[in-house]
Amino acid sequence: MTAMQIVFLLTAVVALFSAFRVVTTPNMVHAALWLIVTLSSVAVLYVLLSASFFAVVQIVVYVGAIAILMMFVVMLTRREMRDRGPQLGKQWPWAAVLAVLAFGGLTWLVRSAALPASPVGEVPATSVADLGAALVNPGGFVIPFEIASVLLLAALIGAVYVAWTRRNS
Amino acid sequence: MIPLDWYLILAAALFALGLFGVLARKNAVAILMGVELMLNAVNINLLAFWRYRAPDQPVGMAFAVIVFAVAAAEVAVGLALFIAVYRRFNSVAADEINLLKW
Repeated sequence: MTAMQIVFLLTAVVALFSAFRVVTTPNMVHAALWLIVTLSSVAVLYVLLSASFFAVVQIVVYVGAIAILMMFVVMLTRREMRDRGPQLGKQWPWAAVLAVLAFGGLTWLVRSAALPASPVGEVPATSVADLGAALVNPGGFVIPFEIASVLLLAALIGAVYVAWTRRNS
Repeated sequence: MIPLDWYLILAAALFALGLFGVLARKNAVAILMGVELMLNAVNINLLAFWRYRAPDQPVGMAFAVIVFAVAAAEVAVGLALFIAVYRRFNSVAADEINLLKW
C-alpha cells in the first residue's frame, strides 16, 4: 500500500462520514458545516487525480460560494431548523433501501467492468491551457460553454426576480 | 497507484448518500445539499475517467467545468425559490409545500 493509497483511503473515510452526517444530522447549520468538510475532501481527491485546477475551483466555487449560500439560506429560514421534530420524512426506510440498491448496483457494475489499475501516461503540463483553448475553440466546446454562460445569466436574473420582495403586497 | 475502481466506488457511495438525502429529508435546503453531493460524485467520476483514460485531451475536464456551472446555477435558483416559498408559507418543509396538491 503506497502513501497515495493511504491518503485516498483517509480522504474517502472523511468524505463518506461527513456526507453521512450531512444527510442525517437534525441541525441544518451542522449539515451545512459537514457539507463543507465533504466538499473539501472531494477537493483533496481532485489533487490526487492531479487535477489541481479543479481542486482550486472546488474550493472557490463549492466551499466559498455554494456552501456559504446554503448557510445563508439555513439562517434565513431559521424557524424550520430544530424545533419541528424529526428531519427525516416517514418514507425514509424506502429511501434507504433505494440508496443501498443504487450503491450495490453501481458497485456491481464497477466490479464487473475491466478497469485500469493505474493511469495511462502523465497529465501534460499545459492541461489547463488546453482546457481553456478547447472551451473557446469552435471545433471544441464553444457552444456548451456559451450555453453555460447564458444559463448562469438566466439563473442570476431568475434568482434575483424570485427572491425579490414586493413592497406593496 | 490508486486503482480506478476505488474512485468509482467512492463516487457511488457518495451518490447513494446524496440520493438518500434527497429522498428522505424533509427540509428543502437539505434536499438541495443531497443534490450537491450527487453532483460531486458525478464530477469525481468524470475527472477519474479523464485521468485514467485520456489525460492528454481536455474533454473530461470540459464536462467537469459544465457540471460546475450547472451546479452553481441550480443552487442559486433553488435557494431563491426556497426564500420565496419561506416568505409565503413560513416553512421550507417539503411536505408542507402542497399548493398544487388537490
